Amino acid sequence: MAITAIADAKASTRFTESAALLKLSVFLLLLVIWQVFAVILAQPDFPTFTQTLSALYYHTMTGDLLVNVGITVTRVAISFVLAMLIGSIFGIAMGARAWFNQLSDSLLIILLNVPALVVIILSYIWIGLVEAAAITAVVINKIPTVAVMLREGARTTDPKLAQVAQVYNIPWWRFMRQIYLPQLYPFILAAARNGLSLIWKIVLVVELLGRSNGVGFALHSMFQFFDIAGILAYTMAFIGVVFIIEWLCFTPFDRRIQRGR
Amino acid sequence: MSALRVNITQLAYRASQHSALSQSAATSQTSDYVIADITLDIQHNECVCIVGPSGCGKTTLLNAVAGILDTNTSANVELAFTTPSPTIGYIFQEPRLMPWLTLYENIALVMPKADPRKITAILDAVGLTAQANSYPNHLSGGMQRRASIARAFIIEPDILLLDEPFVSLDAPTAMQCRELLISLAKRHKTTILFVTHDLNEALYLGDRVVFLSPSPARIIHELALNNLYKAYDSAAQTNLKSELFTRFPKILEGQLSKD
Repeated sequence: MAITAIADAKASTRFTESAALLKLSVFLLLLVIWQVFAVILAQPDFPTFTQTLSALYYHTMTGDLLVNVGITVTRVAISFVLAMLIGSIFGIAMGARAWFNQLSDSLLIILLNVPALVVIILSYIWIGLVEAAAITAVVINKIPTVAVMLREGARTTDPKLAQVAQVYNIPWWRFMRQIYLPQLYPFILAAARNGLSLIWKIVLVVELLGRSNGVGFALHSMFQFFDIAGILAYTMAFIGVVFIIEWLCFTPFDRRIQRGR
Repeated sequence: MSALRVNITQLAYRASQHSALSQSAATSQTSDYVIADITLDIQHNECVCIVGPSGCGKTTLLNAVAGILDTNTSANVELAFTTPSPTIGYIFQEPRLMPWLTLYENIALVMPKADPRKITAILDAVGLTAQANSYPNHLSGGMQRRASIARAFIIEPDILLLDEPFVSLDAPTAMQCRELLISLAKRHKTTILFVTHDLNEALYLGDRVVFLSPSPARIIHELALNNLYKAYDSAAQTNLKSELFTRFPKILEGQLSKD
């Protein structure tokens, strides 16, 4: 059994290595296609990959790309944490208690379907053109999708495991940490993954509409100067940050969740 | 003096929230009861086996003793323990280990304060020392079962409830688990309430076998055993069974009458 386990482990490392290689080559292929097309088209509105790289270098060194990305990442982080926290609590409550679900179900449907732009505009008008308004707008946009996901999760939790906790008098906090929440981790991770991508997008709109810094604001000014290479450079910086977050936060969490399953 | 006295009458499940209003009308009919009337006196260190047809409310009986009846259950449950607040262990039909915790962590989970020495000792007693850091899903059914036995005994229960715990195992593995249960129960002087539909198992493990009727359950027959029968499927057991079946051919279906 031990020998097969080692063989399996070797096979799986080989598998992950080749998977990583495949991912990398797809990525490189896309870059090559971009470069070739841009060179053939030779349009000022469609910069090449190399032009974009030099714009990235320029904005990083002389512009305020790093500052803007930093500000945007901070906004994303605050909104993300708030939305995940509030959305999870609401979603779990809705999944676990039928009466609470009936009470808040229509509110959830309304929140899910109010356009993000409406929430942003109203929040700027009612709260003012301040940081709190920006964060509130993003959080309100994100809460319902987290809640929907966690509601499904709470509905699939196994009452038989809860019975174990009841019989063995397991304290509430230990029950949450070791029995209840682990059943929700896959749902929390899914909510976090698509939550982050949604929040990125909304934060930029919020910045474009009512902030004087951040990536959204920078994109807005570059749009006015038709600085396409700059816009693409910012996008690139942005995607880089997303990949780093994926590697640093989501992949380790994912591995932890998969343990024992 | 008995260790545990159980009296359960008129136990019924409310069908749904809608019928909650007409509940009094619904429960007044005897046919809706899962358990009509069960009274058990269990002595210290005794092993009582409950045998009955499937769906007769055996699991419900154990849940009532464990105090984990569903919220939509209505019943009169009287439990009298000699120990003021006895520790109750429960081995379920499925092992019910947490898949995301190792065996060690699964056992530590139910202890008020994890004691590494005790956990190591119990894992050793059930022969799972090498698997202490394995996750349940990576182990065989028999190993998971033994881990659930270890989890039940780590809290040193005064009363241990078992709900057909060995049904899904192959015969030799089930036998191993039964012997493990007997040795641990002897060592800890545990009082046992064991639900099964396997008469051989009941005769092997029990000091007393209690037969239930189909739902609404009541006790239809009791069989006191002595140590003569302490060999699984022995000649003495076969004689006892044939004697029982001649008197009550349909006792396993929960009927005393011959037709």
